Amino acid sequence: MATVIVVTSGKGGVGKTTTSASFATGLAQRGFRTVVIDFDVGLRNLDLIMGCERRVVYDFVNVINNEANLNQALIRDKRVENLHILPASQTRDKDALTKEGVERILAELKQGFDYIVCDSPAGIERGALMALYFADEALVVTNPEVSSVRDSDRILGILASRSRRAEQGDAPVKEHLVLARYAPERADRGDMLSVDDVLEILGIPLLGVIPESSTVLQSSNAGVPVILEDSSEAGAAYNDLVDRFLGKALPHRFTSIQKKGFLKRLFGGG
Amino acid sequence: MMGLFENFFRTPPSKSAALAKERLQIIVAHERGSRRSSPDYLPALKKELLEVVRKYVPIDQSQIKVHLDREGGYEILELNITLPDEEQRQGQPRSGV
Repeated sequence: MATVIVVTSGKGGVGKTTTSASFATGLAQRGFRTVVIDFDVGLRNLDLIMGCERRVVYDFVNVINNEANLNQALIRDKRVENLHILPASQTRDKDALTKEGVERILAELKQGFDYIVCDSPAGIERGALMALYFADEALVVTNPEVSSVRDSDRILGILASRSRRAEQGDAPVKEHLVLARYAPERADRGDMLSVDDVLEILGIPLLGVIPESSTVLQSSNAGVPVILEDSSEAGAAYNDLVDRFLGKALPHRFTSIQKKGFLKRLFGGG
Repeated sequence: MMGLFENFFRTPPSKSAALAKERLQIIVAHERGSRRSSPDYLPALKKELLEVVRKYVPIDQSQIKVHLDREGGYEILELNITLPDEEQRQGQPRSGV
């Protein structure tokens, strides 16, 4: 049975699409048949982050409206086997995303995939509600910053009250916290909410901490999910996150300042 | 040598993260509270009640109070409608109140 995972946050610009792209890529790299769906109808970003923007012919809304079938709309990733992308529509109105339509497409995808990753748009409008409605699990992406944490709490409330699992009285959506753009040295100075602060406020299990890193921008410039840059801190953090999601008990990295040796502290590298 | 000075004479830590945490704890607790005590249907319920009562008595939004409480395993829906004085009601049908 396929698992539906929503990547959500409430606030925009916190790293939902970056996380969706890397998470889906990581699952596929580990051998799971994975599809990642862009729910941001009207804007469409996932294709750019995944580097397949020039291969989009049909999109999610085309499939919902029966103007194309799934096989025509799904884009097979060229780098990683088992990975497919279902891009968002750019021009249609948001009402195109009907509950019945989304349900039908997800049911069809469940036949051929192990994991269905839903990249939610920002906000709490229709697109965001549709992205989380059918979810079994949720990655809540949060930045260590007041408005992002508050919006995440709001989204947790919506997951608990307005998802299908909540409406039908099933087991609740399993929640995971992804703390992105974390800068341990700033948290250490008291300038930034720490991992523990955010965990204490939101009260959901931590899946991964993604350090603030220039590699994230570089890889989005190139259209390569940052998880494929495994020598970078952000890439390594996403790899850990995927392994943890699949059940490996890995300690969290990049949450504290890298300790420097005494000599290095004295003689440069400050 | 600058590195040495920077490391041993650091500026004292600022406290803005502590302030952020405190503010968040207060606002999040407040918002969770209001989420729990007012389910989605309450505003609509209030509006429809207002429309029904208005068929018989002229009242405005502020005269109707809907409140949901939880006590143990029970939920108590408290409904309070303040009817206007006799004088204010003149010219309005009196039956059916």
